Amino acid sequence: MDEENCDEALTELYRFLDDELDEATRVQIQVHLDGCSTCLEAFDFEVELRRVIRSRCQERVPDELRARVLEAIEEIGLTDPGSLDAGAPDSTGPA
Amino acid sequence: MEAASPFMDALYSAAMRMTRNRADAEDLVQETYLRAYRGYDRFEEGTNLRAWLYRILTNTFINSYRAKQRRPDESDLSDVEDLYLYRRLGGMETAELGRSAEDTLLDLVTDSEVKSALDALPEQFRVAVLLADVEGFSYKEIAEMLDIPIGTVMSRLHRGRKALQKTLADYALDRGLVPVPNADPTSTS
Repeated sequence: MDEENCDEALTELYRFLDDELDEATRVQIQVHLDGCSTCLEAFDFEVELRRVIRSRCQERVPDELRARVLEAIEEIGLTDPGSLDAGAPDSTGPA
Repeated sequence: MEAASPFMDALYSAAMRMTRNRADAEDLVQETYLRAYRGYDRFEEGTNLRAWLYRILTNTFINSYRAKQRRPDESDLSDVEDLYLYRRLGGMETAELGRSAEDTLLDLVTDSEVKSALDALPEQFRVAVLLADVEGFSYKEIAEMLDIPIGTVMSRLHRGRKALQKTLADYALDRGLVPVPNADPTSTS
């Protein structure tokens, strides 16, 4: 195994996982991973960690909030959206 | 605009991680939907509705809620080596135990640990990690949402992810799930 390739693969690990590499570099790293179980294990770990983090922080909207939001939207819908923009709370601007 | 309704759980999850409390998260989601509804005529059909909603959520958070929070303190951020958690787990040899990395990780980190590890990140790092690792947005999309250069997105992600791994490793250590820290994590190769 070529250590230089391992270093390069690990340097680009996150950009690879983030799907932010140009095609040539991506293929180069993929080829390296196909032949290097040490790097592949590290990459797999990061992929799984991200998957676990994602699955661990899902919340469900409280029913009460869902109802409140839909109701608020409906209320606006009854009025002319243009006139609402003028009096919107966010039009008071930043402090 | 009914199309935006299926995103509410996801937006609320993101709002919880941004504001770190339920009352503010609820207000943030409601405000996001109201702004989205009012500005819907400015949404370009055919572009990404989800990204547009997150952009409103993120902007609303930054403009309305950030001021209430303590200034992010970058010096609080742990600086550890890349692949910190993986290297700390080096002693566990997951393959030998016949367990997948996923099974190992599911045991290693609980829901509340993931949430509090994210919550512990200073805001600008927390938001970047959230948008990339949880929501799966691209660097470019995140740069647009936060109105910062792509290079800044990358550096916040790099530092934020390392700090997150350090916190998760500390939690696992507290529960006796990883080898003690005086064992050199780089010596397992």
